[in-house]
Amino acid sequence: MLTIKDLHASIGDKEILKGINLTVNPGEVHAIMGPNGSGKSTLSAVLAGKETFTVTSGEVKFQGEDLLALAPEERSWRGIFLGFQYPIEIPGVTNVNFMKTALNEHRKHQGLPPITAAEFLKLMRQKMEIVEMDHSFSSRGVNVGFSGGEKKRNEIFQMAMLEPKLAILDETDSGLDVDALRIVATGVNKLKRPDNATVVITHYQRLLDYIVPDVVHILYKGRIIKTAGKELALEVEQRGYDWLIKEL
Amino acid sequence: MANEVLHDITNSEYRHGFETLVNQEFFPKGLNEDIVRMISERKQEPQWLLEFRLEAFRKWQKMKMPTWAHLRIPEIDYQDIIYFAAPKKPKTEEEIDPELIKTFDKLGIPLDERKALSGMAVDAVFDSVSVKTTFRESLAEKGIIFCSFSEAVRDYPELVRKYLASVVPVGDNFFSALNSAVFSDGSFCYIPKGVRCPMELSSYFRINARGTGQFERTLIVADEGSYVSYLEGCTAPQRDENQLHAAVVEIVVMADAEVKYSTVQNWYPGDSEGRGGIFNFVTKRGICKGNNSRLFWTQVETGSAITWKYPSTILKGDNSVSEFYSVAVTNHHQQADTGTKMIHLGKNTRSRIISKGISAGRSENSYRGLVRVARNAENARNYSQCDSLLLGDRCGAHTFPFIQSDNPSAIIEHEATTSKISEDQLFYCRQRGISEENAVGLIVNGYAKEVINQLPMEFAVEAQKLLQVSLEGSVG
Repeated sequence: MLTIKDLHASIGDKEILKGINLTVNPGEVHAIMGPNGSGKSTLSAVLAGKETFTVTSGEVKFQGEDLLALAPEERSWRGIFLGFQYPIEIPGVTNVNFMKTALNEHRKHQGLPPITAAEFLKLMRQKMEIVEMDHSFSSRGVNVGFSGGEKKRNEIFQMAMLEPKLAILDETDSGLDVDALRIVATGVNKLKRPDNATVVITHYQRLLDYIVPDVVHILYKGRIIKTAGKELALEVEQRGYDWLIKEL
Repeated sequence: MANEVLHDITNSEYRHGFETLVNQEFFPKGLNEDIVRMISERKQEPQWLLEFRLEAFRKWQKMKMPTWAHLRIPEIDYQDIIYFAAPKKPKTEEEIDPELIKTFDKLGIPLDERKALSGMAVDAVFDSVSVKTTFRESLAEKGIIFCSFSEAVRDYPELVRKYLASVVPVGDNFFSALNSAVFSDGSFCYIPKGVRCPMELSSYFRINARGTGQFERTLIVADEGSYVSYLEGCTAPQRDENQLHAAVVEIVVMADAEVKYSTVQNWYPGDSEGRGGIFNFVTKRGICKGNNSRLFWTQVETGSAITWKYPSTILKGDNSVSEFYSVAVTNHHQQADTGTKMIHLGKNTRSRIISKGISAGRSENSYRGLVRVARNAENARNYSQCDSLLLGDRCGAHTFPFIQSDNPSAIIEHEATTSKISEDQLFYCRQRGISEENAVGLIVNGYAKEVINQLPMEFAVEAQKLLQVSLEGSVG
C-alpha cells in the first residue's frame, strides 16, 4: 500500500528526515516511536503533503502512485488521512459544514453526486457514536473551544466520516486522560478493516495497549534504527531509548 | 516563507463584464449649467427641480473633493465625463429594446414578470434611465408606489418635493452636491400607512456606456406602521478606464414602520493589476423619523476599484432602532473606506453595527464609523463589532471608530478583532480533501455568516458565491 524509499526531507537548510525506508501493507497497524525531535511529526506532515517541508530525495509510492507529486487534497481523495497532533481551529465554520464540504469533495472525486442532507445527518450521527461525541458538536465551529480530548475525538470522527485507506495518527494520545484515550483508541479499532492500514505515531506504550501494532519502528535522528514486533514497544517503555542508540 | 503554502489560483473573470451594444443617446462631455439644464429639460422636469439642480451645481462648484478617507484617489477630471447616456427608444413608446431585455436576463434580472424571481419587483436602471419597473400595477393595488425616480417626479411631484434632500441635504458633501445637480434616474418607493409590502422591492443598476458616470437617486418613504424590504444590486462592464458612480439614497421611516435595505455591490473592481474599475462614491442615509421606527442596513461590498460609502441612520424617533451589517471585500488593488454613522437623537434609541472587512492581495480596507449620542438621547445604546480578516501579508486593514457621547446615560460598546487565514487552517482543510479555493470560500463565508444571514434568501446564496469568486487568486 505504502512504500517509502530513502526519503530525505528538510525545513530550510536543516535536514530532518535522513533516509526513511518503510513499507505498510493493507490490514497492518504500524507504530512509530522515538524521542523528541527524531522526525516523527515531520514524517507524517511530509506524507500528507505539507509544503513547509522540502523533500530533497527519495520516493513514496501509495498504491503504486507517486504520492509526492500530489497536492494535499489529492492525497486526501486517494485515501490518506492525517490525525493532527494539534488540530486546527476554524472559527465560523461549523463541524457540519466542514465535514459536508470535505465529504462532497471526496464524492466528487469518486464520481458520486453530493450527499443529501438527510443521508449526511444520518451518517454523521452514526460516526459520532464511534467516538462518543455529543451531537451538539456538529453545530460548533471546527475545534473552536474544544478541550484537548474533544479535539482528538473530533479527529477520529473525521477519519470515520472519510474512511481513509491509510490513517496516520500523529500523537493522537498526547494530552488525553485515560478515559479519552480509551474512547479514541476504541474508535480507531472500530474503523480497522482488512483493506486499510494505520500508522500510529506515539511517545508512549500506553496507547499501544489499546491499538495493538503489528510492527513497531524506532525513529531516531531522521532514520528508522530498529523495526520489530509489538514487544519492542514494551521494551522501550521499560528501558528507554538509550540502549537502542548505543547499539548503533 | 509565509506564503509558500498558499499558491496561486488562476484568476477568475469578472462575470458581469460584458458590454451591451445598443443605440444610445449621449450628452456632450463635461459639466456646466447648460448640461444641468439639458438633463432637466430632457426629463421634462418642473421648474422647482431645475432650480434645485442649479443650486446644487453652484454649491458643488465651491466644494472640494474630501480627502479624509484612507484612500488614494487619482485625480478625477469632471469635465471628461459624460453625465447623461440613455438607450434610444425603439419605434413605439412602450417597447423596450430586446438587447436590454437580453442584458438584464443575462444578469439574472428578468424584466418579464412571468419569469421574475418569485416575490420580487425590480426597477432596472441602465446608465442614466430606468428601463422598466416590474409589478407596478399589482403593487399599486395596495397603494404602494414603486417606479423610477423620473416617473415619480412626473406623477407624484408633491411627494418627491416633500422628501427630496430631506435626509441628505444638497450640500452635505461633495458627491451629494454633484449628484443633486446631475442625478439622472433611480428608484422611488412609497409605502402607505399600515401596509406591509408583499414583495421584495429591488433596484438593479447597470453601467454600460463608456466614459459616462452614473448618478442615481433613490428615495424610499415608509409611512406609519408600514414595512418594506428593499434590495439593490449593481454591475458594470470590464474596462481599462475608471468610471464614476455617485449615488444618493434617502430613506424616511415614519413611526412604527420598518425598512430593510440590502445591497449587493458588485461593480467592476478593476483587473488584478489595478487597471480600470468603478469609483463608487455613495451617500446613503436614512432617518428613523417617528417613534418606534426601525431601519436595517445590510451591505455586501465586493466590487469597485474605490468604495467610499457610509450608510447611516439618524435615530430621531424615541425607541427607534437601527442596525448595520456589512461585509466589505477587497482584493488585488481595490480600496474601500466604508462604515456607518449612527446618530442618536431620540430617547431609548438603539443601534448595532457589525462590520466584517476582508482584505486580500494588495488591497486596502478600512472601517470608518461614528456613533454619536446627543444630549437629549436618554438611555441610548450602541454595540459595535468590527472584525478584519487578512489574506496574505501585502494587504491592509484599518479601523477608524469615532464615539461621541453627550449623554451620560448612554451605553456604548465597541469590540474589534483582526485575524488572518493561516497556512495551518488551509492545510488542515486540504488534508481533509477540501481544495484551497473552496477552503478560502468556506472560511470567509463562515467569517461573514452573521452578515450574510441578514440578506433575503436568494441574495444570501448569490452573496456567498460572490465572496468566493471575489477572492479567487487572492492567496499566493
